[in-house]
Amino acid sequence: MATEPLPLQKPAAAAPRDAVPATAPRAAPETGPPLVRFDDVVKRYGDHVVLDRLNFSVRRGEHVTLIGPSGSGKTTILRLLMTLEKVSDGVIWVDGSPLSHVAAPDGSLKPASEKHLREARKKIGMVFQQFNLFPNMNVLRNITEAPVNVLGMDRAEAEDRARELLDLVGLSGKIDAHPSQLSGGQQQRVAIARALAMRPEILLLDEVTSALDPELVAGVLDLLSDIARNTDITMVCVTHEMNFARDVSKKVLMFDAGHVVESGPPEKIFSDPEHERTRAFLDAVL
Amino acid sequence: MSDFFSAFLDDLPQLRSGLWVTLQATVLGALAALLLSFALGLMSVGRLLVLRGVSRVVVEFFRGTSLYIQLFWLYYAMPTLTGYELDPLLCGVVAFGLNYGAYGAEVVRGAIGSVPRGQYEAAVALNMSPLHRMRKVILPQAWVQMIPSFTNLLIQLLKCTPLLWLISAADLMTVVQQLRDRTGETLAAYLTLLVIYFVLAYALTLLMNLLERSAKRRLGLHTGAGSLLRSRSATEAVASPAGGAR
Amino acid sequence: MNGFDWNAAGDALPLLLKGFEVTLLATVLGTLVAAVLGLAIAVAGRAPSRWVTVPVRVVMEFIRSTPLLVQLVGAAALFSSVEPLTIGIVVLGVHYATYTSEVYRAGIDGVPKGQWEACRALSLGPRRTWQAVILPQAVRNVLPALGNYAISMFKETPFLAVITVQEMVFEARKYGADHFAYTEAFTLAGLVFLVASYPTSLLMRKLEKRLGH
Repeated sequence: MATEPLPLQKPAAAAPRDAVPATAPRAAPETGPPLVRFDDVVKRYGDHVVLDRLNFSVRRGEHVTLIGPSGSGKTTILRLLMTLEKVSDGVIWVDGSPLSHVAAPDGSLKPASEKHLREARKKIGMVFQQFNLFPNMNVLRNITEAPVNVLGMDRAEAEDRARELLDLVGLSGKIDAHPSQLSGGQQQRVAIARALAMRPEILLLDEVTSALDPELVAGVLDLLSDIARNTDITMVCVTHEMNFARDVSKKVLMFDAGHVVESGPPEKIFSDPEHERTRAFLDAVL
Repeated sequence: MSDFFSAFLDDLPQLRSGLWVTLQATVLGALAALLLSFALGLMSVGRLLVLRGVSRVVVEFFRGTSLYIQLFWLYYAMPTLTGYELDPLLCGVVAFGLNYGAYGAEVVRGAIGSVPRGQYEAAVALNMSPLHRMRKVILPQAWVQMIPSFTNLLIQLLKCTPLLWLISAADLMTVVQQLRDRTGETLAAYLTLLVIYFVLAYALTLLMNLLERSAKRRLGLHTGAGSLLRSRSATEAVASPAGGAR
Repeated sequence: MNGFDWNAAGDALPLLLKGFEVTLLATVLGTLVAAVLGLAIAVAGRAPSRWVTVPVRVVMEFIRSTPLLVQLVGAAALFSSVEPLTIGIVVLGVHYATYTSEVYRAGIDGVPKGQWEACRALSLGPRRTWQAVILPQAVRNVLPALGNYAISMFKETPFLAVITVQEMVFEARKYGADHFAYTEAFTLAGLVFLVASYPTSLLMRKLEKRLGH
């Protein structure tokens, strides 16, 4: 049975990763073209401007955390990247191509069709605050449904992979369980396995621990740290867990009112923030 | 009274055939309505404005014009207008299908709308195609929501089958009326008819509750045994007054 | 086989509208019966004795689960001396009261338990409790549901034609038979129903939204 290795076991390009401390960034992402780039992105709901000409980029393999007060537009960024919402203005670039636009022959960009969006989504996976497991499928089907019917993977292969992923998230025993039989933490781990099963290059994590009981948070965070440390998946997280931001991410972006107030490595942001807004926010949450 | 019951027993074969006509009209009418419900309901949640408009117009038209008139139109008016005549039973099936299909479309639309948005978003995040999302994620969950309302509509449809008598379809009501004319036992005849309908309504409710229970179990929702005998209207007449009664 | 005869339609319209007055009368009075009787049934369903609540529930369930048409025809045959329109209004009203009583019941159930307890604490009598505290809270939100049942009843008034009430569909059938113009008569009658019921149901939807259902 030649199943492909899990992303976790995939030998990363940066070979000496074991030598590097877990919290430190790996070497590669510093350079190279950005994998995700927001280019003057505006998002409005009616008159309400959520994102106001936003510019930022994420490099391949980078782990970026978005922090900031609620309502500052952090989640909107993830939803735009997942194409759950459309940009009002500006362009999001993923791996060099516009995400929700196509280039017309005259060089201008036009809103993309569903077909283009499905192509663009291939690279991106998302884990939601409310887990959103499918209640009409058991755990195994939740994980294999998309690989089999979207990627066209052989069912036996998809199931083998699902087993490995469940093993990874520590839920091998729950393969036939129904989502309603699982605790919130278990559901979220299945949701993470489900997202990984699609082999995304970019994993979006939207406040994945906010809906969990306090005692279940640590398990999910450990799992994510594990994935961050052992894979080359690019991660963009929105979180209120500052420890997670500090331990896992290489770059922290502080948001307020639709703008990036400040960005930098976590050590810098958390110990010596430049901006008053950042300081006030950190004082409030830490 | 005893005259009536001996006549009732003598007429059992006719009663059976009348019951058969009524049941056929109910079941076939309900199937036609179910098909139309899904066709119109899916159109109404689709992306194409034209289809949404068509669905809206058809639904409002068949809900707004009385079932009684639709049936009579099919039976009396259509032959003179088109020269094409439908068998009375088929008239009933078509009219029931159109009328209850229009009500059912609203049920389908409402149930699809009640599936949490996160389910749709998770399906998008897994890059499922619109058809795949609808078929594997949205509809299986919406279906559970639809069953109680469909049960309600099914009983309403059953209660309208005596209309077949008016277009001479030899249904249960026709047969019992003949029995009443022969025996002169008005009260016994109509009470018998009502009791038969009551039993039919309860049998159908029970079947639909079983269906609902198995559908709920597939979603991991567990229901007590008591829910099986629950009367349909007690819960649903209130939950959906618009879809509840015609 | 012939097409739609506009002249016949023009002839039939005044007759239909005359019948429509009876249709409206039956709907309004039937709704009134249903609204009042339904409330009485809902309150009776709250009676302290099972000897009241169980029979009420059984009879309600029976009436609700059996065809209106059979009830109408049976009642008309049993009470042949009573005017058909009266029978029609009463049977429609009773049939729909079994639905409206559920609407009231839900409204009553929706009144918080604390309200009952507060009444007991103030030693209000049952009459005062219902009149001053429970019903005003229970009835507030039932209006759209009652309206929807009124629309449903409106669309079932053609059943009255069967017991010779001269409402619109009765007139349509008569005109259709006399002039062999069923197409025109029934098409017009259907359109009148549509024109009357569609705006009303839109109004009810608006009302529902206003009341936050």
